This record gives sequence, structure tokens and C-alpha cells, in this order.
Amino acid sequence: MVRVLLNAPKQVPKGQPFNVKLLISHPMESGQRRDAMGMAIPRHIINQIVCKLDEEEVFRMNLFPAIAANPFLVFSATAEQSGTLTITFTDDNGVEQTETTPVEVV
Amino acid sequence: MKPVLLLLALLTAAAAPRSGYDDASPETRAMQDDDDANPGFLWVREGEAQWSKPAGPDGKSCASCHHDATISMRGVAARYPLIDTVSEQPMTLDQRIAQCREERQRADPLPPESEAALGLSAYVGLQSRGMPLHVRADSPFVAAGRRLFETRLGQLNLSCAQCHDERAGMKLGGATIPQGHPNGYPEYRLEWQAMGSLYRRLRDCMTGVRAEPFAPESLQAAELALYLAVRAEGLKVETPAVRP
Ligand code: HEC
Ligand code: HEC
Repeated sequence: MVRVLLNAPKQVPKGQPFNVKLLISHPMESGQRRDAMGMAIPRHIINQIVCKLDEEEVFRMNLFPAIAANPFLVFSATAEQSGTLTITFTDDNGVEQTETTPVEVV
Repeated sequence: MKPVLLLLALLTAAAAPRSGYDDASPETRAMQDDDDANPGFLWVREGEAQWSKPAGPDGKSCASCHHDATISMRGVAARYPLIDTVSEQPMTLDQRIAQCREERQRADPLPPESEAALGLSAYVGLQSRGMPLHVRADSPFVAAGRRLFETRLGQLNLSCAQCHDERAGMKLGGATIPQGHPNGYPEYRLEWQAMGSLYRRLRDCMTGVRAEPFAPESLQAAELALYLAVRAEGLKVETPAVRP
């Protein structure tokens, strides 16, 4: 489990765009660096982030090297009804982690 | 009379300190200003969890003795380093936390620069955010720290003062030389892609001039940190700051 800060407004107006902010603790090792012994440091990045509101996918992103460590991401979404916002990300080591936050439509 | 005059001169020299925040780019400042975007908060949350995590033979946590940090730790970081009444030596906030961890909580020491150590320091520091730094300036350790600050060091034979007093605002390579204030530590440096302590910054500046860095537990390191705080008198605590 890595540390994640997921922030979305607790209450959102129906159909109005709101911002989702995501900060993930991750080395995002690009795979293009070498260690002190000259050995390549294996690539280790988050390669995919998927956001769902209940069962509906609202955002998907494929990530590539050259994104800084501890990446920060903001995207917007809209909601027609209250539900649970779920973020799932996967990294090169096959680690998958999910974070959730409730969103109430008012 | 003389030491008093000296002190006054010292305080007026540092009359209008300028935070490294003001030398950072608008993007870096925006990152610091938004707690949801500031990566330092990943460490703050770690520290918050550590605060109430029991450790050691008595199963005590920081919270067992200090309860709610938002109350008990408010303003603490703004008056460190101080002269410890027991050892009569300068003590940084990180040293105080380590002392509490080892002697009062009786738990294993937290390795310096570890997530847990930086987290606790950031969490305690955050409770003073926005409060002006104010440490007592009337000790010989402050004068000693100032002497260190003004002493040429390393193969490049440069003093801290030559960069941070005399050349603040100018460029060193691509970087703007800041006045070199300690008000944001521990802080997130984009260059490190991580959080780091004030000591880590000082070590970087010392190896930068190809000097042998003062050891983390040395009196010199604490004196230097103490003088930096006196020199930054009145600057607001920004922990966890973000810097290039
Ligand atoms: C067994 C009780 C106990 C535990 C556990 C404990 N402390 Fe303390 N702490 C104290 C006492 C007593 C003092 C006051 C020491 C003094 O003023 O000389 C103190 C002082 C401090 C101070 C300085 C406060 C000031 O006003 O200068 C800080 C910071 C601090 N503790 C942080 C921590 C942290 C972080 C932890 C957990 C790692 C912790 N303490 C665990 C008893 C404890
Ligand atoms: C050759 C010039 C140079 C010397 C000598 C130097 N520094 Fe620095 N220092 C810098 C630069 C440049 C930065 C900012 C680095 C950056 O922003 O990437 C910096 C950053 C700092 C900071 C961090 C400020 C902030 O806002 O986070 C502190 C504190 C500091 N130096 C203290 C010292 C001390 C103490 C010494 C003497 C032991 C020293 N420096 C020697 C160039 C120097």
C-alpha cells in the first residue's frame, strides 16, 4: 500500500463539472537511469489510472516515463446521481491499489 | 554592553528576511499553496499516523503524552532550535523529537530522513504554519553559528554568507540563490523528488562547496541551524514548503 491523497468535493451540483485531485506516493523510476555500478535501474512507474463513479468509468489515463515522482493529477468529472468515486491504479510491478471517496449530488 | 550592541547589529542585519518561497516559480508556489497538491502532505499524513501509533515496551505513542497535536504542538516549531535546559546545548526540533522517541517513548530510534522521522517532523511543524519564527538570540551558540556561517569552507573556499548574504537573488547555474532560510523544513524539493530535513539541505550546500559536511549530531550543525533561525527572525513557518 502506498500513500494516496484523493480529494473530491463531498457534495456536487447535479451535472456540474467538479475537480478530482489525486496525489500518489510513488518513485516513478523512468527506467533510463543507471545506478552507481552502471547497472540500469528497472522502470517502475504507475502505468494506468482508472476512475469510476459506481460502475461507470469516468476517466482513464495511461502513464509513460518522464513523469515526476509522487505524481499529482487533476481531472474533472460530472455526476448525475450520488455514488462512490473509485480510483484504481496499477504499476509496473503489478501492484494494484484502489481508493474511494463518496460523492453526493445535491 | 558590547554583546548587547553586537546582538542588535545582528538583528538589524536580518531585518527583512525574504523566504525562499518568494524566489520560487509561480508553479512551485502554487504547489505549496494547495494542500491537496503539495506532495509534502504525503509525509504529513504519515506523521499523523505515527503520532498515535504505540511503540516501545510501554506501548506508548506520542499522543499518550501530548494528546492532540493540533493543540499541544501549536507554535512549537516556531521557537526551535532552543537551548535545552538539561544539556545546556542547542537542540533542533528533529533532535527533540528523536529524544522523545528514544528516552520518553523508549522506542527504537527512527532512522534520520526516514518516512517516519520526516513525517513526524512535518506533522509537528505544520502545527506552527503561518506563525513567525522567533528563537532566543542571546546565547553564545548563536554567535558561534554566525561565525560558521561566515567561515569559508571546502575546496571552493566559499562561506554560506558569500552565497546567501552577498549573492542572494543572483544565479548559480539555473538556480536563483535564495537567502537560505530554514522556515519551510522539512520540505519537499523537486530536485530530490522527496521530502528532506534542514540537515539534508545543509549537507547539500556543504558538499556543494566540496567541504566535509558537519555530522548530523555535531554541535556545529546545531549551531548553524540555530543561527539560521535567528537570521530568519519573523519569517512565517511554511512547513511543509515546496522548493525547486
Ligand atoms: C512518556 C511521555 C512522552 C512521550 C511518549 C513523548 N513525549 Fe514528547 N515530551 C514529553 C515531555 C515531558 C516533554 C517536555 C520536555 C521538556 O520540556 O524538557 C516533551 C517535549 C516534546 C517536544 C517539545 C515541546 C516544546 O514545547 O518544546 C516535542 C516536539 C515532542 N515532545 C514531540 C514528541 C513526539 C513527536 C513524540 C512521539 C515520537 C513524543 N514527543 C513522545 C513527554 C513525552
Ligand atoms: C555556492 C553558493 C552556496 C553556498 C556556499 C551555500 N549555499 Fe545554500 N543554497 C545555494 C543555492 C543555489 C540554494 C537553492 C538551491 C535550489 O533552489 O535548487 C541553496 C539553498 C539553501 C537553503 C534552503 C533555502 C530554502 O528556502 O529551502 C539553506 C537553508 C541553505 N542553502 C543554507 C546554506 C548554509 C548554512 C551554507 C553554508 C554551510 C550554504 N547554504 C552554502 C547556494 C549556496
